[in-house]
Amino acid sequence: MTEQRFNKAGFDEKLASHKLMASRCEECGRMYLPPKPMCTNCYSDNLEWVEAGTNGTLEAFTIVYIASTAMIEAGYGRENPHCSGIVKLENGLSISAQILGVNTALPETIKIGAPVEAVFLERGEGEEKKTFLAFDVK
Amino acid sequence: MAKFRPLSRGVAVVGAGMSKFGAFPGKSTRDLFVEAFLEMRDSVDKGFNPAEVDALYIGNFSSDLFEGQGHTAPIMAEWVGLAPKPAVRVEDACASSGVALRQGILAIASGVADIVLVGGIEKMTDLPTAEVTDTLATASDMLYEIPAGFTFPGFYASMATSYMHKFGATPESFMKVGIKNHENGALNDKAQFGKTIRQVMDDKIAKSEARGLPIPVWENEIAFLQDARANPIIAWPMRLFDCSPISDGAAALLLVSEDLANKFSEDPLYILGTGQASDVALHERENLTGLRAAREAARQAYLMSGVTPADIQVAEVHDCFTIAEVIAIEDLGFFPEGEGYRAAETGVTGRTGEKPINTSGGLKSKGHPVGASGAGQVIEIWKQMRGLAGDRQVAGELEFGLTHNVGGTGGTCTVHIFGRR
Ligand SMILES: [Zn+2]
Repeated sequence: MTEQRFNKAGFDEKLASHKLMASRCEECGRMYLPPKPMCTNCYSDNLEWVEAGTNGTLEAFTIVYIASTAMIEAGYGRENPHCSGIVKLENGLSISAQILGVNTALPETIKIGAPVEAVFLERGEGEEKKTFLAFDVK
Repeated sequence: MAKFRPLSRGVAVVGAGMSKFGAFPGKSTRDLFVEAFLEMRDSVDKGFNPAEVDALYIGNFSSDLFEGQGHTAPIMAEWVGLAPKPAVRVEDACASSGVALRQGILAIASGVADIVLVGGIEKMTDLPTAEVTDTLATASDMLYEIPAGFTFPGFYASMATSYMHKFGATPESFMKVGIKNHENGALNDKAQFGKTIRQVMDDKIAKSEARGLPIPVWENEIAFLQDARANPIIAWPMRLFDCSPISDGAAALLLVSEDLANKFSEDPLYILGTGQASDVALHERENLTGLRAAREAARQAYLMSGVTPADIQVAEVHDCFTIAEVIAIEDLGFFPEGEGYRAAETGVTGRTGEKPINTSGGLKSKGHPVGASGAGQVIEIWKQMRGLAGDRQVAGELEFGLTHNVGGTGGTCTVHIFGRR
């Protein structure tokens, strides 16, 4: 049996193959997104990977004008603000992600509760290449 | 929920002092801490001998990244002449010195110490804004929240969009909190922004006039704050004047056991309640418009003190962003859920209102040197309750005050209740 890494490295590996994966406790059924290596509900360490699903709704958002260094390197910032938010998936799990398909110049038009679908963004070249989670407003 | 146990030994504040908050090129945290210490020393009614201090607890978020200095506790102890007394640095993001205060209280309550120095320090202005943004971001989940493009203002802005959606508040509701806190800060000589929003606006008009530029026309403060050139968006709906500034500063408090208090002062400020709690990352919470850690910390502090939200006459709450004050006054039980956003507009939380909030100017106007902010809040309560707050003094005999200090997006919260017995 290959080692299952319910951590950031394991999560990123799945993201790279365009899968959003959670960990699920085999004892009590509780799911964790981001994945946790131990169930914090029943304290079992018997977990498995499960698909977190790709559809959800927008719970909260912001349009970021003063961006982090990493987002500035990705081409965002005052002149090109981006939307980040929290998405609630159909199975009840929530996750932070960049939000696409919105008019950042008209934040009033962005609706909390709007249906969204996961997309996978590739940033960087060669060794530096990494996959980031985002959601597209449908 | 935490078990309720009263302190086995009472604790009182008998001295409080702070540096000015602001941007001070050429001053390091130790310089600022010495300033705070000296003011604290002079505030002790009957004086005190620093050699009698048993321990130092100092809040400091990130001198490591802000000024390239780790292991700050012994340095602060050395600079105020406390070595070889134990010196403990406490790091819980922006709640660092609220937690340091609690640790100092617990040290005295345990009987291990009789006299404790509690402090807070931060020196943020040496770094460019982008690096300050990145450094503050380390108080959140660097693996899962920051790769989503969030910044610190972005988290609170997201709480704001959730709050607006749920309760019908608007960006203008939050602006009114900023206007109120700037009015208070204008009366505080320690504040980084000693100006009302009206004064900031008039200064901009005067500057344009002096330079022969077109003179901007703003009907009132809200119109000024809605103008993206005057008040740029940081993370919508949070604009520049919704955000606390990048600050340098230090604060110092002297805590003693209750049985020793009258050796230092005939009018000590007693710690009636202390509470602290933690919480998960923002995206894992059921509710984005309240902080569970704040509600739990408040519950503990109210229970320990026997004081109710209605009894509190003056409070300093953690307004790192204007939305944060709205959420705080609801979490503390001062206002029902979904009604806190009206408080600044109706004047209830103003200096002359029923429930004065952030009479110091709050973090918004006074400044937010993150590791010093929690201890800094206590200084305002100390001043207000002793009648030393000058032009911003709340009227009447003040019996109960409260401080509310949040770390990160609510991963940590402490609440303290003070009384004059
Ligand atoms: Zn389980």
